[in-house]
Amino acid sequence: MDPIYRALAEIVGEEYVSDQPEELFTYSKDLGTSEPIQPDYVAAPKTAEQVSRIVRMANQKKVPVVPLGGGISLAGLALPLRGGITLDLKRMDGIIELNEKSRYIVVEAGISHGKLTSYLHRHAPHLMHSEPGAPPAATIGGNVVIHGQGDLAHPYGFNSDMINGMEVVLPTGEICRFGSCAIGSGWYTLHPLPDLGLFLGWSGSTGILTKISLRLFPCKKIREMDIFVVEDEELVPDILYELTHAGMAEDLVAWSQEIPPYGNRLHHININITGDSREEMEFKRHLMFDIRLARYIQDGVGGIAAVSQDIERPQISKSADWKKGGGFEYVGSIMPVSAYPECYRRGMEISIRHHIPYTILGRVIGSAHGMMFSYSYAFNRADPETVRQAREALHETDHMVLEIGGTIWKPAVYGQQLVMERMDPNTLQLMKKVKTLLDPNNIMNPGNWEVN
Amino acid sequence: MIELDFNEKKCLACKTHDCLTKCQYLDLDKDAAGMEMQKIIKGEDSHVLHDCVTCYACEEYCPMGNHPFYLIVSRQEALGITPLPEPLIKRGVQMGIPFRGDPEIEEVQGPVLNMGAFSDLTHLIQGKLFEGLTLISTDPRKMFHYFCQLMYLHYGRISVINERLGKIIQTFAFHNVNQVIHFHDECYGAYTSYAPAFGIHVPFQSVHFFEYLYHRLTTLKNDIQPLNFKVAYQRPCSSRLSSDKYAFVDKIFELIGVEHVERKYKHENALCCGGSILGQKRAGSRALAMELQRKNIQDMKQAGAEFCVFNCPACMLTMGKPVAENQIQPIFMSDLCRMAVGEKIT
Ligand SMILES: Cc1cc2nc3c(=O)[nH]c(=O)nc-3n(C[C@H](O)[C@H](O)[C@H](O)COP(=O)(O)OP(=O)(O)OC[C@H]3O[C@@H](n4cnc5c(N)ncnc54)[C@H](O)[C@@H]3O)c2cc1C
Repeated sequence: MDPIYRALAEIVGEEYVSDQPEELFTYSKDLGTSEPIQPDYVAAPKTAEQVSRIVRMANQKKVPVVPLGGGISLAGLALPLRGGITLDLKRMDGIIELNEKSRYIVVEAGISHGKLTSYLHRHAPHLMHSEPGAPPAATIGGNVVIHGQGDLAHPYGFNSDMINGMEVVLPTGEICRFGSCAIGSGWYTLHPLPDLGLFLGWSGSTGILTKISLRLFPCKKIREMDIFVVEDEELVPDILYELTHAGMAEDLVAWSQEIPPYGNRLHHININITGDSREEMEFKRHLMFDIRLARYIQDGVGGIAAVSQDIERPQISKSADWKKGGGFEYVGSIMPVSAYPECYRRGMEISIRHHIPYTILGRVIGSAHGMMFSYSYAFNRADPETVRQAREALHETDHMVLEIGGTIWKPAVYGQQLVMERMDPNTLQLMKKVKTLLDPNNIMNPGNWEVN
Repeated sequence: MIELDFNEKKCLACKTHDCLTKCQYLDLDKDAAGMEMQKIIKGEDSHVLHDCVTCYACEEYCPMGNHPFYLIVSRQEALGITPLPEPLIKRGVQMGIPFRGDPEIEEVQGPVLNMGAFSDLTHLIQGKLFEGLTLISTDPRKMFHYFCQLMYLHYGRISVINERLGKIIQTFAFHNVNQVIHFHDECYGAYTSYAPAFGIHVPFQSVHFFEYLYHRLTTLKNDIQPLNFKVAYQRPCSSRLSSDKYAFVDKIFELIGVEHVERKYKHENALCCGGSILGQKRAGSRALAMELQRKNIQDMKQAGAEFCVFNCPACMLTMGKPVAENQIQPIFMSDLCRMAVGEKIT
């Protein structure tokens, strides 16, 4: 019997390991435009200790290990580029501690956003975490590792800014803790100890997160989405500036898309507000619409399209549905909010060039300190030509993002290379040193963030 | 050339100018109203064109059978005085563009029920009240092929209605229908009020939804269990285009044994749900919409209404939630009628 298979079976149990083609086939797929790549093995550990043993074994055998959460980051980030073991972390989905008064929850990293949301709904309805617009199977670990953002990004920033502590299995197998939990105290803060922030933004190539303490935030009783619309893209940064000054919103997302037609060449700004009473809600609406945005309305250049709309959670993008075949991938970019007009115009040009209805969206991060601006390209999975078109559009977008002064978020390998080509050489060398130090055998998700 | 048939002489001869003096959102006496109407007829600017909240009620108030509201909207467009900010107009106009292929047209026999642009409410049409009825526009992806376009009266865009309505009528004609029951007041108004006023030929006969319900209930009389509820009715703006059919509201209520509560904002004095006012350009429009809602619901409450009955999905969307928060149950008229004939509403 294959010794790696045997070792894996011994660690996780026969039921949770496979080298069978039908399972490897499933794990070879990515939802986006990436070509399928099969791993040699799939293993689903249950504990950090099992992860650690697998990693130690992989170092001995010099076999790559690729951590996998929900597998829906769309950019092929969890595909086994050099084969090896795909480590499916979804069994590590426990809730370890909920501390209501200190507003944090400690979870295993493979827990899905959907499970966490429903757990909080049941056990701590006054609390919520920042949920991304991804399907609910997306994991907490997979999301913070790529610096995801969710529906509390406007008040509280990136999801990876909401970490109070974490446990990581290093590429050499040691289990390390960071934050107050590292000194045996509770999991309530990441600061003020020496900064060892080496694991986020690396697409799992510097270690495997196994536990995370996540900040929770007040979840108010009444939630609604209001919608403000403008035609002139140049107004969007101003309006977001006004709205972030008012500070009443919980989530701010500006979007424009060709299909359905009502969104075409218009900019919708979705404003989520919440409150514990009708009075609080009306106060917030008043401050935003009657005070900060009144002049746009009276000048006839902006208008309230709706108030009091129900908020779906998660608010999953539907842009894949507009083309037959149900596929889509997007380039996410982190941009200054002031770049919205240019992002929109350039994104639309690329879509037109590649015959794809344009779909763009920008979610405000912090008090308009930044914006995750996405350019989505739909394709028909059954039609390789449309997949090729979408891939080309994605690559062109990667270039464009950097050209206009943005940063690519969760870049695919193609985008990672573009980013590293532009990176300050000293920083790049430091990245290389860190990676070599942590992962001397280069087994951890190799091919990602690889400094040549 | 599609043009409004507005009888200026009749208007000038009017002794009351009820169109504007009865308006709940403007404050004009008879003389001022007469003067403003003259300006509007002549194509001159009038504050009415700016202050109109587009509630449609003047169509009903006019004692001369004229079309003051259609005239106001026509002039708003001609003079570039739009009630809404431009982006909302563009959004609304684009909303009505069908984009997912043509509908499958089948010839239908007998009367049909037209869901218009509310295909996603087709689930309301079930049970014995609707047995044997053919439905059209049941596919939300294709519903804009049946969209009566009258919504653009709120947008100061008569031209859009006139440009598109012919094509919509043609879609009905392809079905070879001769009698169409319209789920929404607005569709009924489009084919029985707007189209004749603009000389647009409609090759089918229209039936108001309430008239249909009333007749069906009459034939099912033996099945009716009086509901004994106290109800308020949220009369939609488009009901003003068919005020002759409004009487069916009370006829239905009587038949199913509910009490239409006496209140200030009833019948002719019904208040707008606020949906179309909310986004208007005029300073204070959003707050006005909220205030109207508050007054309206307060009025229902004071009158002891247990249910608020809707027919217009837009009114339901705007007011359903706040009504429910005030312990009054929002309900569609069709559901209320179904309850009366012993059916379970889910
Ligand atoms: C329709 C749609 C909408 C989306 N909207 C959003 C959004 O609003 N905000 C947002 O942030 N994202 C969004 N996404 C992107 C993505 O789905 C999420 O970020 C998701 O949380 C990624 O988590 P995952 O578990 O699927 O990660 P995976 O795809 O499984 O993994 C992502 C990366 O992290 C690594 N990894 C996974 N788990 C670990 C771990 N425990 N330790 C170390 N490395 C690990 C993987 O190797 C891979 O490199 C969206 C995706 C879709 C399809």
